[in-house]
Amino acid sequence: MSEHRTIAKRILFPVLFFSLLFTTSSALAQDGKALFKANCAACHNPLKAGTGPALGGVESRWPSKELLYTWIKNWNKAVATGDPYAVKMKDWSPVAMTVFEGAINDKDIDAILAYVETAVKDAQTPTATAGQPVVESDNSLLYGILTLILAVIALILLGVNSNLRKLADDKDGIPSSEPIAFYKNKAYIAMLSLVLFVIAGFFLVRWGIGMGREKDYIPEQPIFYSHKVHAGQNQINCLYCHGGAYEGKHANIPSVNVCMNCHQAIGQYTGSAGPLYREDGTEVNGTEEIAKLYAAAGWDTIAKKYTGAGKPIEWVRIHNLPDHVYFNHSQHTKAGKVQCQTCHGEVTNMDVVSQFSELSMGWCVNCHRESKVDFNDEKGNGNKFYSIYEKFHQEIKEKKRDSVTVNDIGGLECQKCHY
Amino acid sequence: MAKKKYWQSFTELNDTEAHKKLAADEFREELPFESGDGKSFTETPASRRDFLKYLGFSTAAAMAAASCETPVRKAIPYLNKPQDLVPGVADYYATTYVSGGEAIPVVAKVRDGRPIKLEGNTLSSFSRGGTSARIQASVLDLYDTARLHAPMMLSGDSRTAISMEAADKDILAGLAGGSVVLLTGTISSPTTKQVIAEFLAKYPGSKHVQFDAVSYNALLLANEATYGKKVIPSYHFDNAKVIVSLGADFLGTWLSPVEFTKQYAVGRKVNQKNPEISKHFQFESMLSLSGANSDERYTHLPSAAGTVATALLSAIQGQGAAGVDGKLKAGIEAAAKALNENKGKGLVVSGSTNKDVQIVVNAINEAIGANGTTINFASPIQTHQGVDADMETLVADMNGGKVGALIVYGVNPAYEYYNAKAFTDGVKKVKLSVSLNERLDETAESCKYIVPSHHFLESWGDAEPKAGFITMLQPTINPLFKTRQFQDSLLKWSGSAVTFDTYFKNNWTTKLGSPTAYNKALQDGVVETPAAVAGAAFNGAAVAAAVTAANALKKASKNELVVYQKVSLGDGKQANNPWLQELPDPITKATWDNYIMVSPQFGKTELGIDISDAHQADKYEVVMDKPLLNFTINKKAYKLPVLIVPGMQSNTLAIAIGYGRSEKSGRAANGVGQNAYPFLSYNGTTVDWSTADVEFEKWDGEKTPVAQTQTHSSYEGRHEVIKEVTLNDYKKNPKLIIEEREEEIGKYGGIENYTKEGTLYPTYDRPGIKWGMSIDLNSCIGCGACSVACTAENNVPVVGKSEVLRFHEMHWMRIDRYFSGDVHDSDSIQTIFQPMICQHCDNAPCENVCPVAATNHSSEGLNQMTYNRCIGTRYCANNCPFKVRRFNWLDYTGADSFADNQLTSGVGKLDDAVFMMNDSLSRMVLNPDVTVRSRGVIEKCSFCIQRLQEGKLKAKKDNRTLEDTDVKTACQQACPSDAIVFGNANNSKSEISKVRAENNERIFFALEQIHVMPNVSYLAKVRNVEKLSAVHHTEDNVPETEGKKEPAAAEKH
Repeated sequence: MSEHRTIAKRILFPVLFFSLLFTTSSALAQDGKALFKANCAACHNPLKAGTGPALGGVESRWPSKELLYTWIKNWNKAVATGDPYAVKMKDWSPVAMTVFEGAINDKDIDAILAYVETAVKDAQTPTATAGQPVVESDNSLLYGILTLILAVIALILLGVNSNLRKLADDKDGIPSSEPIAFYKNKAYIAMLSLVLFVIAGFFLVRWGIGMGREKDYIPEQPIFYSHKVHAGQNQINCLYCHGGAYEGKHANIPSVNVCMNCHQAIGQYTGSAGPLYREDGTEVNGTEEIAKLYAAAGWDTIAKKYTGAGKPIEWVRIHNLPDHVYFNHSQHTKAGKVQCQTCHGEVTNMDVVSQFSELSMGWCVNCHRESKVDFNDEKGNGNKFYSIYEKFHQEIKEKKRDSVTVNDIGGLECQKCHY
Repeated sequence: MAKKKYWQSFTELNDTEAHKKLAADEFREELPFESGDGKSFTETPASRRDFLKYLGFSTAAAMAAASCETPVRKAIPYLNKPQDLVPGVADYYATTYVSGGEAIPVVAKVRDGRPIKLEGNTLSSFSRGGTSARIQASVLDLYDTARLHAPMMLSGDSRTAISMEAADKDILAGLAGGSVVLLTGTISSPTTKQVIAEFLAKYPGSKHVQFDAVSYNALLLANEATYGKKVIPSYHFDNAKVIVSLGADFLGTWLSPVEFTKQYAVGRKVNQKNPEISKHFQFESMLSLSGANSDERYTHLPSAAGTVATALLSAIQGQGAAGVDGKLKAGIEAAAKALNENKGKGLVVSGSTNKDVQIVVNAINEAIGANGTTINFASPIQTHQGVDADMETLVADMNGGKVGALIVYGVNPAYEYYNAKAFTDGVKKVKLSVSLNERLDETAESCKYIVPSHHFLESWGDAEPKAGFITMLQPTINPLFKTRQFQDSLLKWSGSAVTFDTYFKNNWTTKLGSPTAYNKALQDGVVETPAAVAGAAFNGAAVAAAVTAANALKKASKNELVVYQKVSLGDGKQANNPWLQELPDPITKATWDNYIMVSPQFGKTELGIDISDAHQADKYEVVMDKPLLNFTINKKAYKLPVLIVPGMQSNTLAIAIGYGRSEKSGRAANGVGQNAYPFLSYNGTTVDWSTADVEFEKWDGEKTPVAQTQTHSSYEGRHEVIKEVTLNDYKKNPKLIIEEREEEIGKYGGIENYTKEGTLYPTYDRPGIKWGMSIDLNSCIGCGACSVACTAENNVPVVGKSEVLRFHEMHWMRIDRYFSGDVHDSDSIQTIFQPMICQHCDNAPCENVCPVAATNHSSEGLNQMTYNRCIGTRYCANNCPFKVRRFNWLDYTGADSFADNQLTSGVGKLDDAVFMMNDSLSRMVLNPDVTVRSRGVIEKCSFCIQRLQEGKLKAKKDNRTLEDTDVKTACQQACPSDAIVFGNANNSKSEISKVRAENNERIFFALEQIHVMPNVSYLAKVRNVEKLSAVHHTEDNVPETEGKKEPAAAEKH
């Protein structure tokens, strides 16, 4: 339980910041949507009971709005008032609600409640917003054909040119040597072999260097899991599932029990993010995919119980580093404060995740050259670990440098990654 | 000026031609390249074409291997992840190492569900976080390929796996027959004792016999005679200013070596302001680890142990040392004098297995006031309670058909009992015989049923090695096989419905009062209720008779054999551990073998090898083959290799137990050495560990290879890598070491400016961290715990005997052992140990010569080795003055992409132990944070870079500066004598900076004069002796070669 709470806390601050940025007094329900997705959606749904009860009509159910505010901010306090409804709600589920005290204010709650009511209304008047997958045209073939045609024309013109010259020479009586077919011309052959050698060499070297690199690798996964729906549409924080990214070496693929935290309640895909399509263009039945999760978890949808016949899901690993590389997520996320998207791309827009970055050594090194470390200053900002770098502090003081890069503190040394 | 002379081998001592040649050739054999016509590769006329062929082939092969499709990798998360577990982040659990009675609290590092490393538990007040080589290696035993996977039953001649239920049914039926005997090692666990009591109560007429492979029965009996208590007291070496050991190897193997080493180290630490250290006398027959660390050492025949003890008693009583003469007499009197001058601050221990000798020792300790000061009867040591006579009775009963059922657990009498045949014959006469041992060892082979027990890392339990000091066991992994904990089996067979984990939990929750207290105890791993140091009432009635008896011990006609335990293998229970087998013995530096240790005099007279003669020393030392002699010991014939070891008493032979295991005991132990347990004998009260019944035939010149590592690395005449002074000299002139250093480097700017003025190269800033290590040669006892810890932490491969013979051992941390003194005078031999690892030179010679920059320097002062960049030219190894770089000559780990890379025929054929380490079960012990190196790359100490990175990250995550507790290298953490200190030398408040500042008089760097600027500093050894054996005054006729102290000048240009 405490684990969830800490995750919620972690999610909360960035979300609050986010919400502050976008707060405009006019669109209360719009803010409410963001707030709801960030804070409540993991457990609540406006229409259906999930980990928490359905929120539609919640205001009418509570005896007073003040008590509802109290409950949302810290449910313990609401129970402490002794109100019978609050006491009853305490036992609604064995899973305790997160404490939001200090994180959201009454205004936020108003916004959330307003959104909940609009969501309930919208649900009664459904609108179809089926999107079409955009097919991007690729022009490279066209250019290729064009180049080929031009090359042929150039060759013909060259041939015409030499024939004309020959005719002119004959006319002038200038003796000309027997013409050599262009495929027997040594100069041409030499040129051609040179060009071919350079081109072949270029591609061979590029292929050699790129061996084992899998940029844009997008394997078929056992379950069509859409990050776009989860992280994009529903705005679930990356760390809710990949909590390891802040704690250790591996970001970790969530265990099935993490999926089931929400999917105990969410049994079907309602198309909230529009229809889903595979790489090959076939449409995905989201509800069927969720059923695959239930099969893996051993979840009996009717009895709402685990049968105990679960089996871990064998996801295909997308981001692979060679064995001789040591990579630690928490070093980059927690200590280095690098955003997930920097290396993994806009995952929120990807249905099936593909490898966004090259994950090559050059790519790593470039970032280490450019990235600035969270160097501490006299005001107490930055990571205090770096206070031992007296030389750099001195240089900053003397305005000889304004920042310290990863490279400056030895981030390009072999044994930072290879040991 | 006095000159020093240290030597690692006899050839070095004599500085022979062969030694020089050996030193020049780092690897002792020609490369095995041959062309088709049998000529060497370079001599063939078509070598260029062949070269191109090989080149073409290897390029094509590399392409073929590399161009395969990238494999699809799976990521399979948990179905239901345990809450506190994050894959990739290690958890630590307190538990206890238990083997042969010994119980040491440890903390297991568990990575993704599997324990991969053990550390000492610092919460324990008696082991204080210390470990030994065996403890460090025991994590590998968990993944031993020889462990049994399921219960087994012998039907006819074949053994078949059966279900636990079937085994229980048969055994319960058999137990109903009565006369049950439960045979175990010493059980100190209070809960297990309770379980055993319940089991015995269920079967009337049954009994529990405790048998110790290494018995301390003489101590028990002597204490019963003089103190009326059949216990072994605990000892306080830290309170002793004078320590006299009569053949007890208390630092290596005697009783509780980890605890004693921790205590001993306290008294050996030199405080610069007030340099006083304890004085350690050792009287022994063979050169033991304790003897090697002693200040004064005197040798005597094993049978003279009684005479020495009585002489010491009479000397202490002021009657002079009677019955001895010469140096030994002087030594005993000096020891007596020191003891008398330090009443209440002295301690005498004896390794004798004779009750009378131990009674005499008790009388000595009583006379010097040790009882109640350095000897503590308030918390007796409970790790060895076995009574030798009980075992004799049991064997007689079994042979007499008086035993109905025999259940054996934790001991292996078919191997460890001196008369193993009598035991196995007896087992045949027992109707039901059950072994609960983990493997199919010699005893299990003779039993009808085997119900294998868990490894200690899979078990629940407790142990009480010392009264009042309880240490807890908790499982760190789910049982790997269909095994069942010993206590569970007993509970089951006594009809109890509860399992042991519940039983254990209930027991402790009741004892401690609450579940919270129980959880806390499990988390801490220790529950301690120490009592104040107390003595016991002494009754001297038995002393007079004991003195007479001790004096009358049988004398040998000529030679005597003493049986000892090796620091690495101990009693042999962990014999199938390749890490321990490959750990060089501290004294002989031999791996993968046991042998007879003899003195140089024995070599001269009996073998005709005079090792002080250059030519003969060459013949003996340069080849790996050692004399093989036909011995007749206790009327049985044996063929054993012989090693000449300085410091051995002239007519004493010594051999280690723990070797010569049966084939089924495991692939590593199989075929290694010979069993020395039959050389023990029963004298009517206790088991004797020495025998005079030794005969041998004249040596016919037959030889056999023994894999010693001592001559493998040479400093090529550069001096000195070690420094030592006597306590008195040091007190007189504390600047002695500083002066010596100034003499060496004074020309190049002196100690102050040496860094910058001693070189043409620029010096570099270390803006943040500068890692540094300090090793105190005064504390280091040479036990090798660090070596094994390093092996475990850094995935150092096992290479096997055949590869060690070819100088290919891979240890990142080796412990160099130097002798000094006269080889023909065993009492003059002084030994010094120096742990040698990569010195992480700031001006590293290896870095300059690497053609691909695979080794280079970090801004934190680390000499980095990048395996994926290394192409294996070995220039770096060649240019390393310390010879610490190791090359992967063969595919020791199976890490290469070529599948059949290990199937080398002829030269380079790997031993089975290497393949055992490559088994998918054994590989579970690998540290996932460290690359497993493949063939053709160099490797070496990295200062445990993975730990440094982890420590830094921890500090960064906590938003604070780095502290000493964040980073500890594996060797530092394992060291039982706290000789190694590591940390950030740029931080003036770190421990390393403090140690260097507080010991600035003793600090030195190995080969400082060649200006490699190591980041490892050493603290000179201070000996509490009159004079150093290593110092020869100029009038001595020592060869002058070692006197040249100017290699630095030669190196510079």
